[in-house]
Amino acid sequence: MTATLTAAALAVVIGQSATYRAPRTADGKPDLNGVWQALNTAHWDIEAHAAAPGAVPQLGASGAIPGGLGVVDGELPYKPEALAKKKENFANRLALDPEMRCYLPGVPRATYMPYPFQIIQSQKHIMLVHEFAGAVRTIYMDNHVDPPADSWMGWSNGRWEGESLVVDTRGFNDKTWFDRAGNFHSEALHVIERFTPRSPETLTYEVTIEDPNVFTRPWKMSMPLYRRVEKNAQLAEFRCVEYGEELVYGHLRKQSGK
Amino acid sequence: MKLSVVVGIVMLAAIPIAGQQPSTYKAPRTPDGQPDLQGFWTNSTYTPLERPDGVTKEFYTPEELAEVEKRAAARESEQTEPGTVADVHYDFSQFGLDNSQATLARSLRTSLIVDPPTGKMPPVTPEGRKRAADLAAARKALGNVNDAVQNMSNGGRCIIMGGSGPPLMDAGYNANYHIVQAPGYVMILTEMIHDARIIPLDGRPQPPSGLRQWMGVSRGRWEGETLVVETTNFNGRNPFRGSSENLKVIERFTRLADDAIQYRFTVEDPSTWEIPWTAEERLQHTEGPIFEHACHEGNYGIANTLAGARLEEKKAAEEAAAGGAK
Repeated sequence: MTATLTAAALAVVIGQSATYRAPRTADGKPDLNGVWQALNTAHWDIEAHAAAPGAVPQLGASGAIPGGLGVVDGELPYKPEALAKKKENFANRLALDPEMRCYLPGVPRATYMPYPFQIIQSQKHIMLVHEFAGAVRTIYMDNHVDPPADSWMGWSNGRWEGESLVVDTRGFNDKTWFDRAGNFHSEALHVIERFTPRSPETLTYEVTIEDPNVFTRPWKMSMPLYRRVEKNAQLAEFRCVEYGEELVYGHLRKQSGK
Repeated sequence: MKLSVVVGIVMLAAIPIAGQQPSTYKAPRTPDGQPDLQGFWTNSTYTPLERPDGVTKEFYTPEELAEVEKRAAARESEQTEPGTVADVHYDFSQFGLDNSQATLARSLRTSLIVDPPTGKMPPVTPEGRKRAADLAAARKALGNVNDAVQNMSNGGRCIIMGGSGPPLMDAGYNANYHIVQAPGYVMILTEMIHDARIIPLDGRPQPPSGLRQWMGVSRGRWEGETLVVETTNFNGRNPFRGSSENLKVIERFTRLADDAIQYRFTVEDPSTWEIPWTAEERLQHTEGPIFEHACHEGNYGIANTLAGARLEEKKAAEEAAAGGAK
């Protein structure tokens, strides 16, 4: 019942408006340029979730987890052993969540973290530049090749389908998560994203996730992305390496008196 | 390595003289009408920022440059020979980290600095000298470099490299950039630490001084064929040759040819130098793509260095204790 309600709510919220036609760039493509940001709790947990205390009690209410409807259609189709690993990830998230260490956040997590990202749209290359960790994706619009090597942000080949930018990304490592709830994937991850303008200030972001090592079937997420409409909107530098270093190397610090 | 040197000499006939003024070349246009600077570029060079002592002229002859490049390539080759100190870290030739194997932005200039005409940076102000001394003292007070990660260099920690700029400087290897233009914006991606600088062209003012960043905040405009970018609001934590947070960098990008951009930058910082100074580089077209430089994520070097230092301390303490027991 909960799952049904969630899906219905999503459909209402996102309301794909098939009639909207985006302004065009000079070369005639839908113009996706701008600073965009998700406005939901998917960065906490892409599944429906109740409010809960945070992992660090000292942060009080400011560190607590707000509840949310989730951005996926029903429950994630984990294989049994993978579901056990997801729960283990959550239990040990302070030590294991790559976000804590300022590692590149992976895809699609980068899109709905609570930070803006900017689309720089050109003909051959479309750049997605994220505020968090300065993560960068290059979407190759021509000269499509297989991923030359595994990487954190994957290798993205893009194409236009009507009003939508469709991005096919593979070549991931297995080190990134989907959210702070420990939802994860393997290096077999295959992500297909559709960015579709739905109004001058919003995009519909739809993602299909395939990973036969972790899930029993492909699954989808969907959410609106909002334009940062401030006249002077820009990404600020969030060079977070130094904020994660104590977690990575703190145990190797010289102890005083030794 | 020897092969690279030979190839370099063969190519000498075609050395462009960086410094020649843009002639009749007109850059292609992007669909929205900007001069098109897009593509993959490198400023990998053997030309030093400052003119070497003993060199008094502005340009080498092609023969002299060939000799300079030969010596530089030989130095790179030497450091990969077994038994030298440098070979412990990387085999430069194996991983293509040496300049002689990369696309070179070649120039007959004897220094990147074009003003002052001496090719040297201008004198440092008393304030600049005091700041440098204070920084050195503060650094020393932190303790040994291997005591904690926070004592290590910005580059070693993968926070920021010297070449990210502005100004764009060859950081020693991976001196590659990807320029992408959209209406109202130019983006320059530096390969090192995937640093993307997004430059708005809409005439917006600089933000309040409360927003200070490692790479500052950049604002750009087109002056005819030239992209002019002014950057301020630095946080001063990655000083450029001793600069302060009051640094202002003015960059000028002018496409010279299908395969080259003239890149000039002027550095103003009255807190550091008595007068502004200007340098000129060539950005040479190079083959893409640029791969993900996940520097922090793969930084095993720091963990191993710190672990090694702790192990040595433990051994020293044990030996001292054993010596004391005798």
